[in-house]
Amino acid sequence: MSNTAGYMDMDLLRFTTAGSVDDGKSTLIGRLMYDTKSIFEDQIDAIEQSSQNRGDEHVNLALLTDGLKAEREQGITIDVAYRYFATPKRKFIIADTPGHIQYTRNMVTGASTANLAIILIDARKGVIEQTKRHSFIASLLQIKHIIVCVNKMDLVDFDEEIFEKIKNEYLAFDAKLEIPDIRFIPISALHGDNVVDRSKNMDWYQGPSLLWTLENVQIASDRNLIDSRMPVQWVIRPQSDEYHDFRGYAGLISGGVFRKGEEVVVLPSGFTSKIKSISSMNGELDEAFPPMSVALTLEDEIDISRGDMIAKPNNQPNSNQDVDLMICWLNTDGLKVGGKYLVKHTSNEAKCIVKEVRYKVNVNTLEKSEDEKDVSANDIARINIKTAKPLFYDSYRRNRNTGSVILIDEFTNETVGAGMII
Amino acid sequence: MASYNLSHLDQLESEAIYIFREVAAQFEKPVILFSGGKDSITMVHLARKAFWPAKVPFPLLHIDTGHNFPEALEFRDNLAETYNVTLDVGLVQDSINRGTAREEKGTNPSRNSLQSVTLLEKLEEGGYDAAFGGGRRDEEKARAKERFFSHRDDFGQWDPKNQRPELWNLYNGKKAVGESFRIFPISNWTEMDVWQYIKKEKIDLPSIYFSHKRKVVNRDGVWIADSPYNTLLDNESYEERVIRYRTLGCMTITGAIESDASTLDDIIEEVAAARQTERGNRADDKRSEAAMEDRKKQGYF
Repeated sequence: MSNTAGYMDMDLLRFTTAGSVDDGKSTLIGRLMYDTKSIFEDQIDAIEQSSQNRGDEHVNLALLTDGLKAEREQGITIDVAYRYFATPKRKFIIADTPGHIQYTRNMVTGASTANLAIILIDARKGVIEQTKRHSFIASLLQIKHIIVCVNKMDLVDFDEEIFEKIKNEYLAFDAKLEIPDIRFIPISALHGDNVVDRSKNMDWYQGPSLLWTLENVQIASDRNLIDSRMPVQWVIRPQSDEYHDFRGYAGLISGGVFRKGEEVVVLPSGFTSKIKSISSMNGELDEAFPPMSVALTLEDEIDISRGDMIAKPNNQPNSNQDVDLMICWLNTDGLKVGGKYLVKHTSNEAKCIVKEVRYKVNVNTLEKSEDEKDVSANDIARINIKTAKPLFYDSYRRNRNTGSVILIDEFTNETVGAGMII
Repeated sequence: MASYNLSHLDQLESEAIYIFREVAAQFEKPVILFSGGKDSITMVHLARKAFWPAKVPFPLLHIDTGHNFPEALEFRDNLAETYNVTLDVGLVQDSINRGTAREEKGTNPSRNSLQSVTLLEKLEEGGYDAAFGGGRRDEEKARAKERFFSHRDDFGQWDPKNQRPELWNLYNGKKAVGESFRIFPISNWTEMDVWQYIKKEKIDLPSIYFSHKRKVVNRDGVWIADSPYNTLLDNESYEERVIRYRTLGCMTITGAIESDASTLDDIIEEVAAARQTERGNRADDKRSEAAMEDRKKQGYF
């Protein structure tokens, strides 16, 4: 905190942390927050007190990240927690996901908004099943950057050979995944080696520290700046004397760039018009790009409402009622083939019916199984759905915003599935 | 070529505006919970931006403990008038009079826990199905896992084990009759982000956020203001100090900090150097380790 005061235009990086039990994830997060002065004295006092009450021998840094009474009593982390720290260069949002109970569902949730994933490996254990599972989920969710932290290097005498061996093991496995940017850093979260500063114990490692890497990873080009998309969220109608005829189509730019004067098409109607203005309370803008929330006004009066999609006439999204998804099931009630759900996609929603489970993916081996069709909580499967009206989408691989859906159970109103359109 | 980068503040603003618009679209009768503090003032600013040039399509609801700083109340009334927003006030005193809330025993009772009662009564009375709160995840441990759309049962209660997963920017506001949501548009902001944004957007704040002289008494390490609601204990006496407030709440429990910070730049400097979280000066959170979680379960913001 101490050093970011004057920096009004920092960058923002969202990352997720995944690790198994006892691999030092809490310690690592604690260290990043502590070394960037994001932990306050009263927070430290509070966890010292709690540690004493519990009879822990030393200050238990995990208490800083285990927030709810229910889970402190049980000693487990049951949900995604969000943590914050900043350096003069970037503000960071960590989606801290538990490595064990409900791991898949929580990891998918945390990964859905992340630009980067940190995967922790215990240097004494090497690549284990959970490492593969975490990497697969990061790849499935189209996270473009992974930092593999080989932790607890202090417990293996900072041995380069062990680090290299784990790196090769990981790369051999990773060949099956699509992650464009993978980096490896040998660290000791407990002692701080290579976390903020380069370690003096590992001269053989010439790369940057973890924090330096987090500050400098290029993420701007991960956005889709080609396919212009704006789902209409809300129509602004002031109905005041001053703005009598104002119709602002409000939404979050989900892809590409929109410029004043450009021709656009509105789906499903297919009508075209030109952008008259990109309005905001702080004045008009010349262009809008992701992830800006804006309001567009058009030259022509067209009937436009929430759920419509604004795009460019020569670059339109797919429009279809028959959609294939990779789904992560989130609910204890399993997926029902033939069952009806509500699908939520951008600002649009529609009823849908699940037609078929094509295959299930074993998240540990990445093998596809066409025989297994039971999809229950934490399972990942490819399914086919038929929607009551067309969705205007891109493949998830091309655009995370226009390629993602959630399924809602109409009876319980719960969010039961997270889907990525193929 | 243009880099098309948005600063952290621009991204946080965009996210909050998106949430306001989602709620306008998904709910029948949303309301902004307005405490008079900087976070809720920031929320009103974001709501104005989300619907500009139309006016904010939600009323403000202030739960008034009756122990508020007069400066905060005056600011509240001006803000509602300036931006032509409806202001609904729920008085904790009314709940006490009705017998639905009972004043704590002892000297200097806190009315914070009673706020939940009045809040739930007002939400039901107004038929509000979504209530925006200025809660941030960095504020307190129980909030680190809070959702943007936080589901409440028909008693207004929060079940930490039964919250809906939130993926991408797809928010599920579906609910049964009688259920409601609390909405936290600035979940991802830190205290520093809020101050920087206030500076960037030139947002007005109540004067008591800035350094001033005030009669205060030091109680358990917290500076409590002289007010009709505070009774001095044995051996206590008021003294004049140069102070300011980092958060606003009940006058009886909100602690001031000694500070010369009289401009936003001074405050940002001070926040940067501060070694205590802003809630560290709130006596209500100190009562038990899980105080906030317990109050949330009862329907607190």
